[in-house]
Order: sequence, then C-alpha cells, then structure tokens
Amino acid sequence: MAAPLSVEVEFGESEGLGLPERQDRMSGNRGAHAGGKERLGTSRCPKGGAELLFDGVKKHQVTLPGQEEPWDIRNLLVWIKKNLLKERPELFIQGDSVRPGILVLINDADWELLGELDYQLQDQDSVLFISTLHGG
Amino acid sequence: MSPCMRLCPPTPRPQGRLQCGEGLPVVVIRAGDAFCRDCFKAFYVHKFRATLGKNRLIFPGEKVLLAWSGGPSSSSMVWQVLEGLSRDSAKRLRFVPGVIYVDEGAVCGQSHEDREKTLAQVKLTLQKTGLPWHVVALEEVGVLGPLGVVTGASCTVARPDHTPWQVFSLPSSVLRGSALDPAGTQGGYKAAVGSFLQQQQQQHAPVAEPSPSPAPGEARLCQPHTWGTLGHQGLAELPTAAQTQALCRLFDSVRTLTAKEELLQTLRSHLVLHVARAHGYSKVMTGDSCTRLAIKLVTNLALGRGAFLAWDTGFSDERQGDVVLVRPMCNHTLKEVAFYNRLFAVPSVLTPALGTKAPEKASVHRLVEAFMLRLQTQFPSTVSTVCRTGEKLLKAPRSGPAGPPCLLCACTLDVDTADSATAFGAQIFSCAPGTQLPSLLARAGEPQAPSSSPGESGAQGCCREACKRDEHRACVVEQLCYGCRANLRDLPSLDPLPPYILAEAQLRSQRAWVQQQIQEYLIEDSEDDAAETGHS
Repeated sequence: MAAPLSVEVEFGESEGLGLPERQDRMSGNRGAHAGGKERLGTSRCPKGGAELLFDGVKKHQVTLPGQEEPWDIRNLLVWIKKNLLKERPELFIQGDSVRPGILVLINDADWELLGELDYQLQDQDSVLFISTLHGG
Repeated sequence: MSPCMRLCPPTPRPQGRLQCGEGLPVVVIRAGDAFCRDCFKAFYVHKFRATLGKNRLIFPGEKVLLAWSGGPSSSSMVWQVLEGLSRDSAKRLRFVPGVIYVDEGAVCGQSHEDREKTLAQVKLTLQKTGLPWHVVALEEVGVLGPLGVVTGASCTVARPDHTPWQVFSLPSSVLRGSALDPAGTQGGYKAAVGSFLQQQQQQHAPVAEPSPSPAPGEARLCQPHTWGTLGHQGLAELPTAAQTQALCRLFDSVRTLTAKEELLQTLRSHLVLHVARAHGYSKVMTGDSCTRLAIKLVTNLALGRGAFLAWDTGFSDERQGDVVLVRPMCNHTLKEVAFYNRLFAVPSVLTPALGTKAPEKASVHRLVEAFMLRLQTQFPSTVSTVCRTGEKLLKAPRSGPAGPPCLLCACTLDVDTADSATAFGAQIFSCAPGTQLPSLLARAGEPQAPSSSPGESGAQGCCREACKRDEHRACVVEQLCYGCRANLRDLPSLDPLPPYILAEAQLRSQRAWVQQQIQEYLIEDSEDDAAETGHS
C-alpha cells in the first residue's frame, strides 16, 4: 500500500519573465523543488496553452490518495482525466498516454529519460505538461 | 538509458552525476542522445548561429525584422538574436534587428479586455528586449490600401526597375513585389562583410548608430514604439470597432477553418511585409521550427501549393524580391524549443490561435499536425526526414515573361491552360461563371476586361450582365495560383476582403486588358529580351 503523495502538476509554458536560472534544480536535491515552489505565481492572463483544458488554471498542487500499486505516470494521467480535465479529454489524452505533441517534464527533465509512463512518482515531484501543438 | 551525448557516461538519471560534473541529462533530442543542461544550451545556440552563418544571407548592418507571435519558437528566436548581440565583438551578430508583433486577437476570438491584457504583456516583454519594436493589429490590413500604394511606390522609385511595365505601374501596392532579385551572391557577402568591418574601424568612436546594442538588458535609444504604423498614433489603443467588425465579417464568412488559417497567414504576411518596407527592413525572420515546417510542407501539398514548397518551407523565401523572408529556426525541433524555453526561462506570450481547442479534424492543418506528430512518436525521424527531403527542392528561377505573380501569395502562377485534363482544369470547369459555354471556358485563363470597360463582344457581354458578381469574382480568381483559388472557394463573397486586395486586382485586370488592346500595335519583344528582363 503506497502512501498518499503530494505532487505538483503544471500545464502550459514556463512562466518565463523574470525567473532566476534554476541551478538548484540541477543539484539533484529533492528538497530544492519544494523550496522553489513559491517563486511561481498562480495562473495569469492571458492563456493559450494546455491549461485551457483545465479551466485555465496552470498549476495544481494535488494530493494523490494512497492506493495498492505505486503511482506512476500512467495512473496519474487517468487520475488527471478524472479529476482535473474539464473539457475535451481527447485533446490531452489519447490511449493511455498524452496526445502526441505534448511534452512531459518530470522535475524539469525529459520523461523519456525516466521511463515515460512507467516512472514512479515520488512525494513532492513536479510534473509539467507543455503543448507544442499549434494554438496550444 | 543514454548519457549526455557529449560528455556524460551511460548512467540513468537518478543514479550518479555525469562526467562533465555540471548536471544530469535532462533532455533527449534524437533517439538515444541525451543532453545535460549546459551541453544542450551549447548545442542549441550553436545550431542557431550555424544556420545563419552557413547561409550567409544576412549582411552586416542590415535591418532585420523579427516576426514575433509570442509563441515558443519565435520567442526563442528573438532571444537567440539577443544572445547573439550580447556576445563579444568577434562573435556578435552584426545585423540590426527590430521586432514586430501582429495582434490577431480579433479573429482568434479574444475579448476586448483579453486583447488589452495581451498587449500590455506583449509590450512589457518587448521593452525588456531593448530592441525597436512595432505592434500592429491585423485590422490594419483594412487601411492598408492607400498607404500600401504610397509605400510601394516610393519603394519602386528608390529602386528603379528594369521592366518597363513596372515603371508604368508606379502606384504598386503591397501586393507587388519588386522585380529585383535580392543581392545575395557569395562574393557579395564577403564584400559586404569587408566594407562593414572597415566602416566600423573608421567610426571607432562610440557613436555606434548602425552597430547593434551592447547588451540586451541595457536601455537603448529605441525608435518610436509604433502602435498603428499605418497612420494613427494612439499608443496602446485598439483598432476601432468598425475595423474589428470588418475583419470579423471577413473571417466569419469563410466556411472552413482550413481557409481561415490560410487567409490569416496571407493577411499577416502582407502586414509584416508592409511594415518591413515602410521601415526599411530588407529581411524578415520568422520562427518556423523544423517540426512546424515539416507539418507545413505536408499541409501545403494537401492544399495544392506543391509548386511553392521550396518557397513556403525553405530556409529563405525571395518571392517578394526586395524583402527576403528567412527562417533561422528551421533546424530546431519544437521539442528542443520547448525545453530550451523552459530551462532558460525564455519569456513568451501565449494567446489562443484560430484552431485552439478545435477538434483534430477541424482543418487540414490540424489533421496533418496530428498525423505528423503521431507518426513522430512511433518513428522519431519523421520530422527530420520530411524536412531534409524538403530542403532538396529547388526553387525554379523566376520565369521571365510570365505575367504578374499570384495576387495573394505572390508566387509565380502555376496555372496551365484552362482545358488541360488536370485538377486545375477541373477547377476552372466547376468555377466557370454562368453557363458553361465552351468559348467562355477557353477564355477563363486569359485576362479579362473589367465589366466597366468598353469593347466587349456581344455574347460575353450578355453573360456578364447576368452575373456581374461572378464576373467580378472571376476577375480576382484568375489572378491567383491554384492553391489560392482552391482556398477562395470557401469564401462565398469577395466583398469583405480588404480593399487593397480588391483594388490591386482591379488594377491588374485593367492593365492586362489595356495591354491586350494595344498588343497589336506593339513591337513584339523577342524571347531573349523577355527572358533577360525577367532574370535581371
């Protein structure tokens, strides 16, 4: 039985403006992620990215309930579809993965390095979805 | 799992550091090649500079307009240019950039408040760049008419033309490209670099008017920020409601999303071109990424623009003659762009586009995009293969005596004779106005007189009276290439088109008619002459 996890899920582009270069992320120290959270504000107008499918909210601090098998990205996507996705799920999820053209970053690293759908989420992980599709 | 391609040992990310000691692999570019953060940056920046350097198209000191949509690729491009300008002298980019932002909020369904917010953000971002910038609204295509003519004319005067009919037609609008081929030979580039360096040495004193800004962050004497380059100076003022309405009426009347996207592209490029000419920019850079270009290539094939693939998707596009379009991001994939922007905090302003939230099959553009990206996930070299194949396409030389280029996309007309057994022939057949008289059909390919002109033959005249509207339409349509014709079929009425397009269409058909009338009194150009004028 896996314990509940607290995970940060973010949609859309990086907030860009005025962000410090994130050297701390590269240190491999997980504590840094939690510390870095305040630096990003809540959603801002105007929007045009993947967050449009999520009521325009970019950043979600979510708590995943404890369950039998460990949480991996595959499960997370199912959970997102059920709990966060507000409209047109087919524009975000296709099959059991994300729609082609949507990039997934786990703790600011390419998910291809981490096993894609099979990556097991840890507490305080941050998962970012960036749409490279035209029009977000 | 693979390491950072350049330096790092093959260890999976969570275990152990990399040899370069600076970071873990963060991004996989090609299958199996992982990069750490620093190597990725070096790789990315080098690719941008190499693309520009290899092609030697942009001369030192040249004014270059960066077309910035706010999206990831063009933002990345602007920041690459800034980074290039901030380098030390030997490696510094030597051209003089400005940025243009086209506000398309009206057609993309943004509310008035949203547009104002977007604009505020756009301006904030632009101010941070320290480059001169221009913000124009798409609505301004509505007032492009008279001003377009003026600028076009002054442009023609400044560069005297070789072809007699171009001088004859001085008031050319934005739709008329210069017949001059852009100066751009290898020798020319070297000479230009040489003279630029000499110039710089001479005026060693830091008057530095033509030299690029010292650092992106530093304040610089910006040119006046123009909202409404086409006359009205009200800063931060949205276009009038009437203008917005006219534009919306046009886009609402278009039946398909495919045609809307194409129309938007056309109008946007006219506007950018106009601003470039009005402010003396001789190059325009767009942020088309390799992924986007691959998608565009297949889309354009589907839309009947196959003849212009080399222009539409190549590194450079010289179809306008005096203003050359350059695509310096053509070697970066969207994945690279997205990662770079994320890792290095490149600001972008995201706005909804025409097809945002539209289903996958809403337009040819969306469908091809979905198709390509899906293929790409299964076959990771799809995009690069399409791009590399596209690069092999050669641009046909400008054919000399051929008439004016396509009214909308400025490509050499790819139409063949009306009764040919091709898709084009079929198009003509189904579009022929009124009754499909064989004689009329045969004439559809020829320039026709505007209805006001005298000297029409009886049979044609009565047909025209019956369907003047069709006639007017035919007169515009016959000036278009195959792709634009197909596109215009989704536009039930041509009336909402911006006046400059209609005016130019009328001008051209009148000109063609006059030319036809005086044809027999002219001493015929020999083939050689015609070819020469075309190539010069």
